[in-house]
Amino acid sequence: MEEVLFFAGALGALGGAVGVVAMRNPFYSVLALIVHLFSLAVLFLLLSSAFLAAAQVVVYAGAVMVLYVFVVAYVGGDHESAWEPIPGQQLLAPLLGIALFVELAIAVLASSFLALGTEGPEVSPGFGDPAAIGYLLLEKFLIPFEAASILLLLAAVGAVVLAGHQRKSSPGEGPGVPSEQRFAREESNPSGDSSQPPHRRVASEEGPPGPSPASGSA
Amino acid sequence: MSIEWYIVLSSLLFAVGATGILIRRSPVVILLCLELMLNAGNLALIAFSRMVGNQEGQVFALIVMVVAACEVVVGLGLIVAIFRRKLPLDVDELRELRG
Amino acid sequence: MSVSFWAWLVLLFPLLGSIAIGLGFRVLPARAAGAIGTAAIALSFACGIAALVSLLGDEPEARHHASSLWNYASAAGLDIKLGIFVDPLSIFMVLVVTGVSTLIHLYSFGYMESDRGYRRFFSYLNFFVFSMLLLVLAGNFVLLTVGWAFVGFASYALISFWYRRATATRAGMKAFVINVVGDIGLVLAAFLIFRELGSFDYEAVFAKAPEVFAVNQWTIVAICLLLLLGAFAKSAQLPLHTWLPDAMEGPTPVSALIHAATMVTAGVYLIARTHVLFDLAPTAADIAAFTGLATLLVAGTIALVVTDLKRAIAYSTMSQIGYMVVGVSIGAFSAGMFHLMTHAFFKALLFMAAGSIIAAMANRQDIDAMSGFGKAMRFTSAMFLVGALALAAFPGTSGFFSKDEILAYAEARGGMYLIFTVLGYVGALLTAVYTFRLVFRILPGTPCNPAQELIETGQVVHAEPENPATGEAEDTEVGFPGPEHHIAERSWPMKVAMGVLGVLALVGGLVQVPGVDHVIASFLDPVFEDSPLLEVHPTVGAEWTGLGIGGAISILGIALAYFLYVAQPATPAILIQRLRPLHTLFARKWYFDELIDLLVVRPALAIGRFANRTFERVVVDGLVSGTAETVRGAGGIVRLVQSGFVRSYALLLIAGFAGLALYFLLASS
Repeated sequence: MEEVLFFAGALGALGGAVGVVAMRNPFYSVLALIVHLFSLAVLFLLLSSAFLAAAQVVVYAGAVMVLYVFVVAYVGGDHESAWEPIPGQQLLAPLLGIALFVELAIAVLASSFLALGTEGPEVSPGFGDPAAIGYLLLEKFLIPFEAASILLLLAAVGAVVLAGHQRKSSPGEGPGVPSEQRFAREESNPSGDSSQPPHRRVASEEGPPGPSPASGSA
Repeated sequence: MSIEWYIVLSSLLFAVGATGILIRRSPVVILLCLELMLNAGNLALIAFSRMVGNQEGQVFALIVMVVAACEVVVGLGLIVAIFRRKLPLDVDELRELRG
Repeated sequence: MSVSFWAWLVLLFPLLGSIAIGLGFRVLPARAAGAIGTAAIALSFACGIAALVSLLGDEPEARHHASSLWNYASAAGLDIKLGIFVDPLSIFMVLVVTGVSTLIHLYSFGYMESDRGYRRFFSYLNFFVFSMLLLVLAGNFVLLTVGWAFVGFASYALISFWYRRATATRAGMKAFVINVVGDIGLVLAAFLIFRELGSFDYEAVFAKAPEVFAVNQWTIVAICLLLLLGAFAKSAQLPLHTWLPDAMEGPTPVSALIHAATMVTAGVYLIARTHVLFDLAPTAADIAAFTGLATLLVAGTIALVVTDLKRAIAYSTMSQIGYMVVGVSIGAFSAGMFHLMTHAFFKALLFMAAGSIIAAMANRQDIDAMSGFGKAMRFTSAMFLVGALALAAFPGTSGFFSKDEILAYAEARGGMYLIFTVLGYVGALLTAVYTFRLVFRILPGTPCNPAQELIETGQVVHAEPENPATGEAEDTEVGFPGPEHHIAERSWPMKVAMGVLGVLALVGGLVQVPGVDHVIASFLDPVFEDSPLLEVHPTVGAEWTGLGIGGAISILGIALAYFLYVAQPATPAILIQRLRPLHTLFARKWYFDELIDLLVVRPALAIGRFANRTFERVVVDGLVSGTAETVRGAGGIVRLVQSGFVRSYALLLIAGFAGLALYFLLASS
């Protein structure tokens, strides 16, 4: 039974991963990742980490992925151009991936950790419970816990800052304009921005987020 | 299933994530592949935690999840800001540090 | 006041004069520069006289003083001092050099009057006199080389004095390069001397040489041959003589001073000074003598056919120096030096007179265009005639006594040396003929145009100046041999200088009339008393016989010239027709220029071209540029890493990680 579940989870995870990489539409990639996350939760359960499995589903697949969905909906998915500017990248990347996997696998399988060949020691039924995790968080790992909270605070503040209104943005420029032209135009019109009434700028910033203005490929 | 299965799966997922970063050009998808790698790490952590027999690895994995969440927030915020400035959403185009 | 004190003053005044004029040339008025220059040399001459008087106060055997100011270098066996050596030979040379130089400075005072480079001229001329005095007063081979090199430089500076003239600069370079060849010989000889004898000082070297060397040992022969290389380059003997005719590009005073009286006699002085070494290497001395003889004859034949006035006189200089070289090589030391002195007088006089004539001819030096100056310029012509008589060794003139004394010595030595006597008389005949060829061409006859102008109006008007040799227009901005150069008739300094020399040329020989007085010989002989050749002395009777033969030959030559050029003027043309190959040989200067061009110049140029094309371009440039190109190429390759593409950075990152993991896997297996 356990093997079946394992292979199901593994296949799901792997399929999701390959889907993320391979899908052209970013939205489909997001969905593939969600599948991947759920599969991982199954694997976590198999490893007696109930709390982590729940956290994975609730936090990761629930919150983070929803965030992704929103952003992809806003930004839109555009099809990347086929032309590869970096020579050899398309060839080397899979090769390196394979090489990486092979090396890591060899490192694991040929290692002298005998315990790797086992299923681990017998654990009490409370292994992986929230209580156990809670104890650890508040006793042994208090400082990492507090640090993580600060990190969350920082991230929240950062998100607000990033999402805030820009004070100066050049109005009415099409996407994909090379930076030289943008820069030149800004230079030739230095005092123009300050004299412009604010409402015009607001209107141009919140332009329709359709696929056309968002297409970025030059 | 012995632990090494999980570890090997984790390295496979990690390799797939790495390949994705190298291949894809949209920042959103690159962040997604980054998530893949993080999750592969999480899987390894939890597998080792099971192997050792205490939950310290799981706590670690929890913290990793927190970090991943923060990083995603900031990353996506960046993407939104880039989109707002009407720059092309392509890491190859966004290679000049100007302005 | 000691001899050395006067000797140092002799050196000091020309140097001061040169520096003063050189530094102040912008502020000094022209005449002042000339006056300073002339006064400096005159003072030097006075100090030379004082040194002579002081020297005569010593016993004849003790008349050698060495004096040094400071040490140049004393380390590891080297001991080189800034030292002079004063003995009758050097005082003799000092007096000749400063005496004739004073007169020539006086002459230049008037002759160069409107030349733009007037001050520069006097500075150079003073420097030249200083260098020559340094050469003759030097007490060791190092200082000798220094003076030698300075003289070479001064000669170059003065030959290319009108430096905008292409012919002048080329001639200057030619002179300098050939002089450098001689310098090499001198320096190598000095090295060998040091290696064998351990010192550079004259006194030490000459004392030790007979002890160290056997007669005709190859080392001493090599040393002497190297010294001869230097002497021949400086004195324009075969085969290093090709620079002297071209050196006539310089102003006339330069030709008079450097290329007649002083610099070209430096080689003769050298042989006389190092006679101790030559006595130990009779082979080298004989080679020197034969070279002098060959030069004597070759130069004489060329002078017969040359049509340029100054070059003709230059070849006669070469010929007369051949006599001097023969003299000091075969042991007739004082005779050779005597001839040096008289030659300085009459040759300088000849050049000065020629300068006047050439100035009147607007710098055309072609004797075929000259005639009738006897009536137009009386003083100059008289001086020219006096000089010519002395050169041709007309009985009673100074040249008569000096030249024939050398030939008498050769006869006294006997054996092989009779060749010198015989061929020397042949040379004397040639001398008389070519000298009076010049006289009879220029002086008598119907006046040519400039001469006619002179007779009628008393002055000469010239057209736009141009270089007579090539016809190119002269650069008048800088100073050129322009029509303002004076003729003697109108300038008292020139007249005084030429007059004094004329008198000396006529009566200067009376100091050494055989059997009557021997001022020169008695003065100089103590210097050479360690030479076995001093024993060989012609009897008074033999000398008078020689003088008689010489006088007869001289008169015969003059008569021959008269016949050829005055009585039957058509004869030379017929002779040229009949003896055309011979004439061509002489006219082409025995093809020496072509020979040197073939043997030396072309290979040198070829080596230069090879060095440039192959070595420089391929090897050196290849290395240097190749290094730069390699670095640039490597940079170009490395630059690709900084592409700005995040994904390529990630690729490198992961590739690095994979590589590292591979390494660890392999290392741990």
